[in-house]
Amino acid sequence: MTQHQPVLSGDQIATRPRGRLLLNVPAISVLFLWSIVPLCMTLWFSFRRYNLMEPTRTGFDGWGNYRYLLSDPGLGLAIWNTIFLLASILLITIGLGTLLAILFDQDFFGRGIARVLVLSPFFVMPTVSALLWKNMILHPENGLLAFLMRSVGLKPVDWFAVAPLTSIIVIVSWQWLPFAFLTLLTAVQSLDEERKEAARMDGAGAIAMFRYIIWPHLGRAVAATTMIETIFLLGIFAEIYVTSAGGPGFASTNLSFLIYRYVLMEYDIGGAAVAGLVAVLLANLLAFFLMRSFARNLDA
Amino acid sequence: MTPIELRRKTLFTLLGWAVALLLSFPLLWMVLTSFKSEAAAIARVPHLFFHPTLESFRVVQEQSNYLRFAWNSIVVSLGSTLLALLFAIPSAYTMAFSPTRRTRGTLLWMLSTKMMPSVGVLVPIYLIFRDTGLLDTRTGLLVVDAVGNLPIVIWMLYTFFKEVPREVLEAGRMDGAGPVREIYNLLLPLSLPGIVSTSLLATILAWNEAFWSLTLTAAKAAPLTAFIASFSSPQGLFYAKLSAASTMAIAPILVLGWVSQRQLVRGLTFGAVK
Amino acid sequence: MATIELRQIRKSFGESEILRGIDLTIRDQELTVFVGPSGCGKSTLLRLIAGLEDSTAGDLLLDGQRINHVNPARRGLALVFQTYALYPHMSVADNMSFNLKLAGVPKEERERKVAEAARILNLEALLQRKPKELSGGQRQRVAIGRAIVRNPKVFLFDEPLSNLDASLRVRMRVELTRLHRQLRATTIYVTHDQVEAMTMADRIVVLQAGSVEQIGTPMELYRQPKNIFVAGFIGSPRMNFLSATLQQNTSSGTMIAFPDGATLHVPLISKSAQAGEKVTLGLRPEHAYLAENSVLAAKVQTVEHLGPESYLHLLSRYGEAMTVRVNGETTTKVDADISVGFDPGSLHLFDKSGLAFESPSMLTTGTGVSN
Repeated sequence: MTQHQPVLSGDQIATRPRGRLLLNVPAISVLFLWSIVPLCMTLWFSFRRYNLMEPTRTGFDGWGNYRYLLSDPGLGLAIWNTIFLLASILLITIGLGTLLAILFDQDFFGRGIARVLVLSPFFVMPTVSALLWKNMILHPENGLLAFLMRSVGLKPVDWFAVAPLTSIIVIVSWQWLPFAFLTLLTAVQSLDEERKEAARMDGAGAIAMFRYIIWPHLGRAVAATTMIETIFLLGIFAEIYVTSAGGPGFASTNLSFLIYRYVLMEYDIGGAAVAGLVAVLLANLLAFFLMRSFARNLDA
Repeated sequence: MTPIELRRKTLFTLLGWAVALLLSFPLLWMVLTSFKSEAAAIARVPHLFFHPTLESFRVVQEQSNYLRFAWNSIVVSLGSTLLALLFAIPSAYTMAFSPTRRTRGTLLWMLSTKMMPSVGVLVPIYLIFRDTGLLDTRTGLLVVDAVGNLPIVIWMLYTFFKEVPREVLEAGRMDGAGPVREIYNLLLPLSLPGIVSTSLLATILAWNEAFWSLTLTAAKAAPLTAFIASFSSPQGLFYAKLSAASTMAIAPILVLGWVSQRQLVRGLTFGAVK
Repeated sequence: MATIELRQIRKSFGESEILRGIDLTIRDQELTVFVGPSGCGKSTLLRLIAGLEDSTAGDLLLDGQRINHVNPARRGLALVFQTYALYPHMSVADNMSFNLKLAGVPKEERERKVAEAARILNLEALLQRKPKELSGGQRQRVAIGRAIVRNPKVFLFDEPLSNLDASLRVRMRVELTRLHRQLRATTIYVTHDQVEAMTMADRIVVLQAGSVEQIGTPMELYRQPKNIFVAGFIGSPRMNFLSATLQQNTSSGTMIAFPDGATLHVPLISKSAQAGEKVTLGLRPEHAYLAENSVLAAKVQTVEHLGPESYLHLLSRYGEAMTVRVNGETTTKVDADISVGFDPGSLHLFDKSGLAFESPSMLTTGTGVSN
């Protein structure tokens, strides 16, 4: 519904916490260890010479790893790809999700089953959906798209060679569109019918209705969707791993995959640590802004 | 229904179903393919009608021991869910019913740890796991999944707990219930639907978790996400078998997802959207 | 046997002070009502006694023992919540016996106690139902039953009737009073409704902004409110307040002047008020009547016929609103010019800080209302 409980309001602040507060200690400790210990280790490794292939060459390396990483042409591209992936997927899922939500807000035959069909991709594990798209839809020989292009006389395209990033955006958007759709649909359906009727009495047509009544009402849903999708999509990995393996070159390598390359392909722990720090920095930057707007929205 | 209304409804029916079929087409196609023979699956002109066969399912199980990977997935997803609940319930209980000035900040901080990209901690976790013998074990993956899902589970439980009237727990306190009794006899029964949907979501997330299973497990403890990824190698390009394996990997969780779709929005948006 | 004593109890939530040093004794077997407008701290005070909140400072004594840090369940008190707070997943019988179960009381004894409470409250037929299958009044009775089963030293009620509709509220009021007479247990009852306070209380504690304004029996508060707040809060319709100026202190009373210079002798005195000071004259609507010639001339604005009585809402010639209770059959019409009569003995007078003037006899004999 439209009114929401603020996270905390003054009169709810209880003052008999003492013993009860201890119950929060296990979870906080676990999360603290989880976020601090690896981070400190990463920081430590970032100044060390540390390659699993050369176990004898160890020691302090100063800024060596940093200089090495900054000279890596892949880094800038990886940062850009990370942000580009996130932004495009957010735009596509929220945009199409809104349209779908409005469509499914209308009454039609078999709506319940149709909705289940639309939702399904969200529950598919990333490796399955990536393989499915790679082999059965986008494959230049056996893919359905190739078949369709051939049947209208076009030459099939090897999508992961020509447009690897776009292909990945399509796959991930397909997976996350249902989530945005369902969230927005829930929000649309919670819109007070009388408010729409009042707007209609005031002479609002379909476009004015969307612009002035529906869209403002969706603010919280959009904020929540952005938040959750960012949490899960900042580190897209499986979809890249299974399809393009980051290539060609670094064309579809994001920060996650860059670090993976350092660790499990080059066994360069020092370099990976520096890239990891860059990823953490980027995430914190985004988190800072998102958390602020999300917290505000939660209170509104 | 007036003729105009009927026409409108028919129009939306066509449009709605067209969109639904288009979006779910890759999945439907995959399921269809899993019942084809390998030859029919890669036919240059795709067959819509064919002789269904269970051959691929049989081969997948025999050749690659699907059931072992499935068992890993079940153990890891259910185990990690239970472990996360164990830590999350007392935490969410405290924050929902004994809030302090810092509770809000704590909640947001917890969520922000989830934003930290897994790769940022990959190296240390990998090394810790290597040195403690947790690499390629179900226990290791289970623990990582549990910790990874912990912030989300805490948040979801927190929003569900907030809806339990505070007075009922206070009445319990007046009746002599300590925190454990309060949680076990009152809070859990009262928020059971919320706990169930939180568990469902945590299970779904753990089942589909790919990053840690790809990096921390190999032959022994690999769950289905990693098992499927092994099909991306060139020799694995048997479409019918790939489809059969995929269908088997997603079927259980798809059902869970459909069942919990309504609560999922509330849960994942932390009550911001109901 | 139970008395509760509060000494300098203070309570703050962060910056804001909810209770500002409460001194109070709840006497054995009495039904004490805490009354005050919302936000006055009455519920916080009750929750503090119950043990659901900690005081910031001060002592809380039960039968002479300091219980500030005693677990709520061990204080031997029972609290009936405003929302009833029944356990929705338990039957009525289980709701009532949960406390005994936690305390390890054997099943037979639990059943016996539940049966007895059910008999007192007329709940026998409902024992196996779940709370959601009950009406509001029945839920209320279960909540009370849950308290009775525990055989507490003190019953605490937190606005227990505010969720009931008007007619049920009147019935439950009578029932609760009867129950209190039957059980003779020390009881604290919180309400914002002064009618509930007047009708049920042995003793009323009026609270405002975290402080006790006055303590006394209902009739003491009605007859001798200590200040303008209590005077306005107790009694319905509200007491009329008219501003005036103190002209002269006499041995038998006080001479006051209205804005137009008309004077009136009020048989009440104050030790501190000085000539020339602004004062407020108080007159209850039920103590006023229509008179031939009086200093209080007024014009009728509205007439409310309630049947047995009528209220005339007036505008005095000094521009202040007043209410007068008159006969139900009154023929007075709107816009009529009337004159309000009163018995000087029924007047109240308050100084510029709102403190009440006292009657001269009370000052000399020293039988003032104590708290």
